[in-house]
Amino acid sequence: MTLRETIEQLRTAHPDAITDVREFRGEWTVVVDRDHLVEVMTACRDEHDFTMLTDVCGVDYHTETPRFAVNYHLYSMLNKWPLRVKVYAPEDDPRVPTVIGVYPGANFAEREVYDMFGITIEGHPDPRRILMPHDWTGHPLRKDYPLGYEEVQFTFNYHRVQAKKPHPQE
Amino acid sequence: MPLTREDLTTVTGIESDQQTLEVSLDQLKNLVSPRAFTGETMLLNMGPQHPSTHGVLRLLLELDGETIVTCLPDVGYLHTGIEKNMEAKTYEKALVMTDRIDYLNNLGNNLVYSLAIEKLVELDVPPRAQFIRVIIAELQRIASHLVWMATHVLDMGATSVMLYAFRDREYILDMFEMVSGQRLMGSYIRPGGVWRDLVPEFMPALHEFVYNYMPYKLDDYERLLNNNPFWLDRTKGIGVITAEEAQAWGLTGAPLRATGINFDLRKAEPYAAYPELEFDVPLAYNGDVFDRYYVRIQEMREALRIIRQAMEVLPGGPFRSDNRKFVPPPRSELGHSMEAVIHHFKLWTEGFHAPKGEVYVRVESPRGELGVYLVGDGGPKPYRVHWRTPSFYNVQAIGRFSPGYMLADLIGIIGSLDFTLGDCDR
Repeated sequence: MTLRETIEQLRTAHPDAITDVREFRGEWTVVVDRDHLVEVMTACRDEHDFTMLTDVCGVDYHTETPRFAVNYHLYSMLNKWPLRVKVYAPEDDPRVPTVIGVYPGANFAEREVYDMFGITIEGHPDPRRILMPHDWTGHPLRKDYPLGYEEVQFTFNYHRVQAKKPHPQE
Repeated sequence: MPLTREDLTTVTGIESDQQTLEVSLDQLKNLVSPRAFTGETMLLNMGPQHPSTHGVLRLLLELDGETIVTCLPDVGYLHTGIEKNMEAKTYEKALVMTDRIDYLNNLGNNLVYSLAIEKLVELDVPPRAQFIRVIIAELQRIASHLVWMATHVLDMGATSVMLYAFRDREYILDMFEMVSGQRLMGSYIRPGGVWRDLVPEFMPALHEFVYNYMPYKLDDYERLLNNNPFWLDRTKGIGVITAEEAQAWGLTGAPLRATGINFDLRKAEPYAAYPELEFDVPLAYNGDVFDRYYVRIQEMREALRIIRQAMEVLPGGPFRSDNRKFVPPPRSELGHSMEAVIHHFKLWTEGFHAPKGEVYVRVESPRGELGVYLVGDGGPKPYRVHWRTPSFYNVQAIGRFSPGYMLADLIGIIGSLDFTLGDCDR
């Protein structure tokens, strides 16, 4: 059995859950409806030997609809092939269900998705921020979150830049 | 004595406005056992400045006597927004940020990022560059494992191994300085090949290191530790991880191979010149701290073996691709070729354009699976770069696998999982 056939089996078993199957540079992506995510992930683990969830990461396709996507990179130790499961979430309702029940290792990675993109992870046991400070406002990896910068200090603007520096003045 | 809110504030470090405190206390209630609120068990804050947390890692421990009941790792102190910053730079310029992610595996980070770009834009790499990459990656693996061993064994109370390991690492850093001009942040491996060819003095130094120096030093380390009763007492049967749980928790690298699972990305998804080289994947079967130590020591021996083979068959030819759309022309061409000047100008101002699409590339870093998820949008800057770092998952595993052990064993478990917090927080 090849990965292609595995995906076809998955698609036949969950016709209304899997909305799209894509291939790019030899990597297969299965787009799953978010309401059926846990169901598909359980099938991947139990029936198709994807024993390992290697990565969870969000993407912000700003100005497109749906705006957010969450990628789950699965790996099958037995068959030695990877699979990407992709879930979309719209801008006005950014939430995806947690997969901790299927893969307990998703805990930190899902917290990171919440922290960086503001995508609510439904049913997460510990929905705190992880990388940013707990009282931070905004979600930094969103495309509409500006990247801050510091003005470069030269002789001609030395005092103007110095005055804006965050450390206490003498 | 029951815990008051003020005590919890001191312990957890959460002291913002009242509302934040309420939320945090509520969240904490589900994470520690109810006995912590009656005073039966003690909440103890470890880190972020504790010497044996290998960086700025904070652990919130719930202790029953000296036994760990709950362990909540708190990361993010070294978060530098590298993923966000990389989105604002061109593909080639973002490469220098990759060195800063895992500061013990700098050139390995260059490698995985270059591989991701090469996959996205379909760029071929000449064979000489492939072999140079393998040599550099394996040297980096030895250097990283030496730091791991130094700090891990130092935490357990053996100072001399730390001094020896750092002495040996200097030889590797000197070699990195020869090839890249930098000891640590080399940025030597670039998309399409490597920055420049190996310098003439590199090969003799490498030969001396892999044949006459390092094998004997590894023997010394094993003589110091393998039969050391203190070392064995503190490592055997501590921090046991089963094969199923290691997979479920996303552990890779030595922690996974110490449970008996033969999973090495150099074999499973070969990259660079690894398919042409012969090596074994060291395995152990108990999944405890000692086995993780054993696997890493054997990995250093295998790394030496790989380097020896790569040195012997190192082919000649170009050291980077001659596809001028992605790789800058050599300096010598700029004087007499208008085309080279145009390519040079375009590459260093605008950068090359990558097609719309997404790739996920991973390599076997010293710590485990290091993956890059790269999204291109047709422009010269990466639309999204995500780093799947092994340390992130290894830190998470402390919380799962340390409860039930004594507080002193936690130091060994932390050391044996081998993470760097720069890698974890990015």
